Amino acid sequence: MPGKLKVKIVAGRHLPVMDRASDLTDAFVEVKFGNTTFKTDVYLKSLNPQWNSEWFKFEVDDEDLQDEPLQITVLDHDTYSANDAIGKVYIDIDPLLYSEAATVISGWFPIYDTIHGIRGEINVVVKVDLFNDLNRFRQSSCGVKFFCTTSIPKCYRAVIIHGFVEELVVNEDPEYQWIDRIRTPRASNEARQRLISLMSGELQRKIGLKVLEMRGNAVVGYLQCFDLEGESGLVVRAIGTACTLDKLSSPAAFLPACNSPSKDMKEIPFNEDPNPNTHSSGPSTPLKNQTYSFSPSKSYSRQSSSSDTDLSLTPKTGMGSGSAGKEGGPFKALLRQQTQSALEQREFPFFTLTAFPPGFLVHVGGVVSARSVKLLDRIHNPDEPETRDAWWAEIRQEIKSHAKALGCHAVVGYSESTSICEEVCILSASGTAAVLNPRFLQDGTVEGCLEQRLEENLPPGCGFCHIPYDELNMPFPAHLTYCYNCRKQKVPDVLFTTVDLPSDATVIGKGCLIQARLCRLKKKAQAEANATAISNLLPFMEYEVHTQLMNKLKLKGMNALFGLRIQITVGENMLMGLASATGVYLAALPTPGGIQIAGKTPNDGSYEQHISHMQKKINDTIAKNKELYEIIPPEISEEIIGSPIPEPRQRSRLLRSQSESSDEVTELDLSHGKKDAFVLEIDDTDAMEDVHSLLTDVPPPSGFYSCNTEIMPGINNWTSEIQMFTSVRVIRLSSLNLTNQALNKNFNDLCENLLKSLYFKLRSMIPCCLCHVNFTVSLPEDELIQVTVTAVAITFDKNQALQTTKTLVEKSLQRASTDNEELLQFPLELCSDSLPSHPFPPAKAVTVEKASPMGEGNFRNRSAPPCASATVGVVKMTPLSFIPGAKITKYLGIINMFFIRETTSLREEGGVSGFLHAFIAEVFAMVRAHVAALGGNAVVSYIMKQCVFMENPNKNQAQCLINVSGDAVVFVRESDLEVVSTQQPTANLQPSCTEGEVTT
Amino acid sequence: MTSELDIFVGNTTLIDEDVYRLWLDGYSVSDAVALRVRSGILEQTGATAAVLQSDTMDHYRTFHMLERLLHAPPKLLHQLIFQIPPSRQALLIERYYDFDEAFVREVLGKKLSKGTKKDLDDISTKTGITLKSCRRQFDNFKRVFKVVEEMRGSLVDNIQQHFLLSDRLARDYAAIVFFANNRFETGKKKLQYLSFGDFAFCAELMIQNWTLGAVGEAPTDPDSQMDDMDMDLDKEFLQDLKELKVLVADKDLLDLHKSLVCTALRGKLGVFSEMEANFKNLSRGLVNVAAKLTHNKDVRDLFVDLVEKFVEPCRSDHWPLNDVRLFLNQYSASVHSLDGFRHQALWDRYMGTLRGCLLRLYHD
Repeated sequence: MPGKLKVKIVAGRHLPVMDRASDLTDAFVEVKFGNTTFKTDVYLKSLNPQWNSEWFKFEVDDEDLQDEPLQITVLDHDTYSANDAIGKVYIDIDPLLYSEAATVISGWFPIYDTIHGIRGEINVVVKVDLFNDLNRFRQSSCGVKFFCTTSIPKCYRAVIIHGFVEELVVNEDPEYQWIDRIRTPRASNEARQRLISLMSGELQRKIGLKVLEMRGNAVVGYLQCFDLEGESGLVVRAIGTACTLDKLSSPAAFLPACNSPSKDMKEIPFNEDPNPNTHSSGPSTPLKNQTYSFSPSKSYSRQSSSSDTDLSLTPKTGMGSGSAGKEGGPFKALLRQQTQSALEQREFPFFTLTAFPPGFLVHVGGVVSARSVKLLDRIHNPDEPETRDAWWAEIRQEIKSHAKALGCHAVVGYSESTSICEEVCILSASGTAAVLNPRFLQDGTVEGCLEQRLEENLPPGCGFCHIPYDELNMPFPAHLTYCYNCRKQKVPDVLFTTVDLPSDATVIGKGCLIQARLCRLKKKAQAEANATAISNLLPFMEYEVHTQLMNKLKLKGMNALFGLRIQITVGENMLMGLASATGVYLAALPTPGGIQIAGKTPNDGSYEQHISHMQKKINDTIAKNKELYEIIPPEISEEIIGSPIPEPRQRSRLLRSQSESSDEVTELDLSHGKKDAFVLEIDDTDAMEDVHSLLTDVPPPSGFYSCNTEIMPGINNWTSEIQMFTSVRVIRLSSLNLTNQALNKNFNDLCENLLKSLYFKLRSMIPCCLCHVNFTVSLPEDELIQVTVTAVAITFDKNQALQTTKTLVEKSLQRASTDNEELLQFPLELCSDSLPSHPFPPAKAVTVEKASPMGEGNFRNRSAPPCASATVGVVKMTPLSFIPGAKITKYLGIINMFFIRETTSLREEGGVSGFLHAFIAEVFAMVRAHVAALGGNAVVSYIMKQCVFMENPNKNQAQCLINVSGDAVVFVRESDLEVVSTQQPTANLQPSCTEGEVTT
Repeated sequence: MTSELDIFVGNTTLIDEDVYRLWLDGYSVSDAVALRVRSGILEQTGATAAVLQSDTMDHYRTFHMLERLLHAPPKLLHQLIFQIPPSRQALLIERYYDFDEAFVREVLGKKLSKGTKKDLDDISTKTGITLKSCRRQFDNFKRVFKVVEEMRGSLVDNIQQHFLLSDRLARDYAAIVFFANNRFETGKKKLQYLSFGDFAFCAELMIQNWTLGAVGEAPTDPDSQMDDMDMDLDKEFLQDLKELKVLVADKDLLDLHKSLVCTALRGKLGVFSEMEANFKNLSRGLVNVAAKLTHNKDVRDLFVDLVEKFVEPCRSDHWPLNDVRLFLNQYSASVHSLDGFRHQALWDRYMGTLRGCLLRLYHD
């Protein structure tokens, strides 16, 4: 009996009138945990009852503590008939199970009813006494901390990052059980809510067990999803990254760790080993290796590759360590081998993190993704979810091999998703192939020194751009040049990743949200025929999405995408593709060429004229965008560039001709050949449309920026004014002869108008940036398209925003040249390169300042503008992992909530918009109430994972399911931290002194 | 392509003051959009009409959901569904309970019942205020009335506590509730020149001096459990006012009063001769108003009588305001020198308030 759960029901308020005669309510409360139920007394005739109950005590196994939610039901007592339920509150007691999180849950909870919504509030106090039986902890997984945040949480330090954990549980969906025919919608909804709550609890416990097996103590980047498979069941699956975290007791506590052994310091330079004799070759393919397989679930092992799987699936085992060893010198090989051995122990070397401790990410290969189309059938034995497990294992295996093909041993920024329509399900997984620093992955190699500022000074901020694959044995044609930053390593001409911009990356100008949107009509079909049709369409969609992204990126004058997320949604008669990413100009990558339009029919005067007109428009747009996003790349003279550049061009031309001769790759050669200027051939109306759509994307109004990553490169002076929001739009397509073009236009307009609306609504926050813009598309019915957006708008201080882009450019230029001169001594001299003269190089400081507003040091540096002190009870919500102008002092636990709302009086509730508006507001309210009850004042890494909306206007009915999650935290305003910041100068000096010691 | 559903929900509820104004003024969404377009917002922001339409709908929906809470403002403060900063909450409440001068003049002193509600159509046509807005304002009056009707203690305090209004607005509501309760006639043509402010000023004086609450305020007994009602006029006081009749009924007393006033004011008043000629009429008017207040009907006509019996005669003789003030002061004070008159306190309670009211009512 390892735990005692204690619950006290204090009072209620704002209860609904349940007795029409008296206009009052005789309320009492049932408290249920597992199979035990307690009741309070009936508090007669009041809408604000004061129960002040005794402590109800439940003696339970810790396994149950993890799985079961506490269920509180408020009822109206009725002497003659059955008691009427007013509503329920589910409380997840998980946060009480680990020592560093909340100790008590106490506060006002909205009483929720799936038919009526929120009906008053109830004040509850919950405590847990865990017996100090540590062995028992190993049986369950109490004590493992969960974080939704996809980076190392702010007040922790990663000792070891163990790697990927995953689990899934399946069950029958109560909505589809026979009993649902005879029970009320309320009973059915509640059964579903309760089941999902139980399943998430179980899932979390099982993941926790895996973490303990790996000797970790936490899961970071925990992402849990539901698949509502309808008739075939309900799947709850989760992925995350197991870590061993250490709590930082105070900001100063980690400073002594800077005195790390010097071997630490050497490892980094080795990564940056100069490579003067390397050759460059073919065009680049940042988005790489999609495979599409369709296999009916019965024979899921059959892998029918429809396209370029030959290329991407060919195991290139030797390549990673072997050939790199030859080329890159012994150190690189050593590093690779180390990493490899560290990672090979793992089945899937995946990391759900998108931001990393400095030095963790060594090289980035590019985006890897895999999709597969499956036919759902009933899950016969819920205890053995083998089929689903096997499906995912297959996809992950594919991702792993793609990463290998890119010369990478790991996949970071990894995520999985599904799209279900009837019995067809598309499983997708994507991530970024990367080479990681082994230090963080192995037990005991280093005593986990993650001293941040120290390491940030060592790599020149371009290391992650350098290609990890072997350029003579490239997995795909790519166009390589020497890094524009360090001049020593090869870089591709564009880089696509699913991760956040590394904090040490040198970026020129600002970034922007780039979206590719695409619809494809599909014939209605059944079962296998349907699945085959979808699998056949997928490669084309993927190709087009990629083309659009590339075009738009060029049009913006940028050369890299971060946070790329491609969502393919399947509907009855169409497929939708939506890709979002944040485009930036990385100083390390070459300047992107323009876009050249070529007509197919020469000798036609008016046509030529039209073409040249379009060309001019495109050129103007590029120029305008460069100005808008302040992209002023440094003019690099030929001397600095040195000779190696012309040579690779010749070589690459050679190589390219090879690849052209073999036509196996033509279809999915996403690189569009190696050309300085990107050529768009207008050979038919389709292409014309494409060009037009390129130009119709309107930039945000002045004062607005947007990105889908955590932070916007180029903006660093956030104020504390934040506004998180969710916006949902559903449009009905006119069903008359829909063409792909019309569909595309509709979808494009939908997204553009949505963005415009957001800009308009938030105009009072200017200058402002929409961060973490997250679009989700679903196709709830034949002619309906639903787009859901969640993002946070943050106001920044304009005056400081325009700072130092120029100096930064100069610095990087200067650095590039110095580095070039000292090319040969570089590995040995790196540390002394600039450090002795400037213990804390100004250029670096700028970089840090620019790119990582969430960095500890930066936080304390910036003097936040005085802001109105938060009123009691305000709970902030943000999809970001931090709160600008504030410091997170405590993580209270994960918030993972699932709600169903249904109505049979849709018109009376203001139609679909009124219904959903109220429901989302209620969901926010319930999240805030739970956070406040845990003692928190914010939710970070908040995400609305699902918003499934179904309507039946003819029956005046609608139903909506929402699943949200995030981390409940306590934050303290920087302005309240004055005391701490007075000590700050010393804190800042210390690391630089230490650096001096180490380097000399 | 038609938009089926279009919503925006912020963690902090967005409140657009301009749209709130339009909503309160009772404009439909399409009218509001048209008005916003006319305000030039599209040019300022570069937005499209569709964006404006969607934005307006969103705000209207939010206001509609908030309206239920605004009916009991303390609920707005304690509810959990909408996270609104306190300053914004105050703004929402204050604006919601704010009213149009034109509207309040129409219903001031009328019974706040269903019957009057049907007249709202006419009021709407007459004032040009939308029916929706009229309804809101009327319902606000009625709601406040219902809540504070049976309450003890200061009317203004009660209103403030239950509706969280600013001091100014709470005072205005106290006047409205007081007028509605006593059904003072304010709609006669003669009274049209008076503003709501004039009436509210009088109401405040009357609440302070002529109600039961005014008696309870006796400093000797602050914790008094006796009826401390601000809504009703002190019946006993009104009965007693009959006693003042002697001032005009007794010829000697009236002559003495006149001579005292004339002696004191000779040479100080520009309209002395007119005053001297009219004294008896004016005095009779003022005292008779007091004596009649035992009847409910006459209470209702209080303002009509005051205007007829005092304001109009003076105005026709072109008395300057300062002369009116001098006269009224002297008129009230001289009674103390009338030896045969025993109701000095009663006189002061009556005349003190009336003097204030008359001075306020005396304008063009």
